[in-house]
Amino acid sequence: MRQIAADRLSPAQDDFYDALMQAHAGLSEAESHALNARLVLMMANRIGDVGALRELIDTARSYSDG
Amino acid sequence: MAYDYTPFPYTDPPGLTETEPRHAVVIVGAGPVGLAMAIDLALRGVKSVVLDDNNVVSMGSRAICWSKRTMEIFDRLGVGERMLAKGVTWKVGRNFHGHREVFSFDLLPEDGHKYPAFINLQQYYVEEYLVERARDFPELIDLRFRNKVVGHTDLDGCVQVEIETPSGSYKLETEYLIACDGAGSATRERMGLDFTGQTFQEQFLIADIEMEQSPFGDADVPERWFWFDPPFHPGKSALLHMQPDNIYRIDLQLDVDADGKAEAAEDRVIPRIKAVVGDKPFKLDWVSVYKFRCIKLDRFVHGRVVFVGDSAHVVSPFGARGGNGGIQDVDNLGWKLAAVLNGEADARLIETYHEERSHGSAENILNSTRSTNFMTPKSPIEALFRAEALKLAQDQPFAQKLLNSGRLSVPCSLEGMALQTPGAAQIAPGTALVDAPLSSEAGDTWLLREVQGEFTLVGFGDVVLPEVVGLRRIGINHRADYPCFTALQNHAIRRYGAGKAYLFRPDGHVCAVFDTPTEAAVREAMARACGAKLTEDTA
Repeated sequence: MRQIAADRLSPAQDDFYDALMQAHAGLSEAESHALNARLVLMMANRIGDVGALRELIDTARSYSDG
Repeated sequence: MAYDYTPFPYTDPPGLTETEPRHAVVIVGAGPVGLAMAIDLALRGVKSVVLDDNNVVSMGSRAICWSKRTMEIFDRLGVGERMLAKGVTWKVGRNFHGHREVFSFDLLPEDGHKYPAFINLQQYYVEEYLVERARDFPELIDLRFRNKVVGHTDLDGCVQVEIETPSGSYKLETEYLIACDGAGSATRERMGLDFTGQTFQEQFLIADIEMEQSPFGDADVPERWFWFDPPFHPGKSALLHMQPDNIYRIDLQLDVDADGKAEAAEDRVIPRIKAVVGDKPFKLDWVSVYKFRCIKLDRFVHGRVVFVGDSAHVVSPFGARGGNGGIQDVDNLGWKLAAVLNGEADARLIETYHEERSHGSAENILNSTRSTNFMTPKSPIEALFRAEALKLAQDQPFAQKLLNSGRLSVPCSLEGMALQTPGAAQIAPGTALVDAPLSSEAGDTWLLREVQGEFTLVGFGDVVLPEVVGLRRIGINHRADYPCFTALQNHAIRRYGAGKAYLFRPDGHVCAVFDTPTEAAVREAMARACGAKLTEDTA
C-alpha cells in the first residue's frame, strides 16, 4: 500500500527546491544523476531506519506504472 | 464590453508664462503608483504636481490582481470600496497537469476582514478611480497630462525639472522628485543608475478576451486556473483569470525563440485562445507579448529623487507582486515624506523607505524568480524533478506544496528594522495590521478604518492607555474617555491578544507593543518610528 506522508517541508519548501535546482546548475545529465544518487544515499543514512526506507522505496516505486 | 478610453484634458501649465513658486513634491507618472502617491500626500495636507507624458489611462488591463493589503491601503486612500464593488473576488486557485487537476487551493478568507484575499480589476479602472479621487483635492493635487519630463538636475536644496508640453517647454523646482515612471523609468536612465538583473528568455503571450459564457466549466465561478503542460498547449504553461465586464485574461508561455510580433497577430492568437476556451464565442480585447526581468535598484533614495514602484523594482507577473509592491511603496513613503516636509522628522527618515521597501522588493523578486523557474524548467534534470513532483502531487500533500505557479503576494514584515521597537506579541512589531470588525454606538466599523492614516495606540482588552500629545488612542473591549469599540465576534481580541497595547504607524504597521504602556515608553517608541534613533551611519 502506498504511504501518504504528512507534509514536513512547508513553509520552507521553495528554499529547498531552489537549493536543489542550484546544486544541479551547470552539471551534465550524467553528473546530475550521480548527484541524485549520492543525495539519496546520504538522505537514507540521515533517516537511518531501514523499515522506513523500505516503505519509501515501495511508495516511490508505486508511481512508476502510473 | 470594451473599456472607453476618454482622454484627460490638457491645459497650459502656469510655468509656461511665469516662474512657478518652488513645489514641495513633483511626481513623475500618473499610473496607479503616481496617483496613489499624490492622494496619500494630499490626505496629509502635502501639495504635489503630477506630470504625465500621456493623457489616457493604461492601455490594456495590465495589472489586474490586487491583494488584500493593497485593498486596505486603497481603502485609506478612498477608492477601496469602489474597487471592491466593481472587481471580481476570487479565492480558489486550481493547478492542472495535462488533463488532470493536481492541486487546488482555497485562499480561505477567514471571517472578520473587510477585504478578501484578492480581487481582479483592470488597471484602467484603478487609474480612472484614482484620477477621480485625486480631483477631490483641487487645492493639493495638480494633475498635468501631456507634460513630459525631459530633464532634471539636482541643485543645492532642490531639483530642477524640465518639461515639454504641446504648447512649449518650461521648468519647475521641487524639494522632492518622486519617480513613478515605471519599469522603463526615464528618470532612472537619465541618472545612469544600474538596472541589470535576471532577464528570463521565455516569452509570454497575454490576451484579454470578452466572452459571455464562462470558460470556468459548468461551475461558472471566478477562479484562478493554472496549467502545467496543458493538452491544448503542450510542454508550456497557461494561466486563466476573470476580470469584470466578462473579460478574461489568458497567459500562455511561448517558445524561447518565438517571434513576438508574429505571435501577437490576430490570426496566430485566435487559434490559441480557441484551444483554451473551446467553441464558446469570444472577442479579442487586448494582446501583448512580453519577456520579463527581475531587477531592483541598489538604492531607492538618491538625495531628493526617490524611486517608487516599477521604476525601483520589476518582477515577473506570477504572484501579483508588481502593482501590489508599488502600492505598498507608496504606503511606506507617504507618511515619512509628509513628516519630513512638515518639519516633524529629519530627512533621514526617508532613507528608511529604502531599508524597508528594498527588503520587500527583494522578497518579491525571490518569490517570483522561483515561480518562474518552476514554470519554465531550464534543463532536462529540472524538467525531470518537476515532472516527478507533479506525479507525487496526485496524492502527496508535501508535493502539492512544491508546485509553484506563483506564490501570491502577502504583506511584507518590517520586523527587526530600525524604526520598530522590539517586543513580543501575537502580532509582532513590523507586521502590517490584521483587520477585525468592530462596533460602537456610532455603528459598525473595521480596525483598519480606525487605525490607518496616523499614529494610533490601541488597547485590546484590559489595559490602560496613557495620554500622549499628538497621538490618537482607541480602546477595544474596555471603557475610557477616548473612543472605545466592541470586538465583534471577539475577532480583534483573538487576533491581537487580551491586555495588550499596540502602537501602529500611519501606514498601519505595528511599531511597538506594550503590556503596561507608560507615557514615556509610548512617546519613545513613537519618536523612534519617526527616525529619532537613526544614526548618521544608517542614513
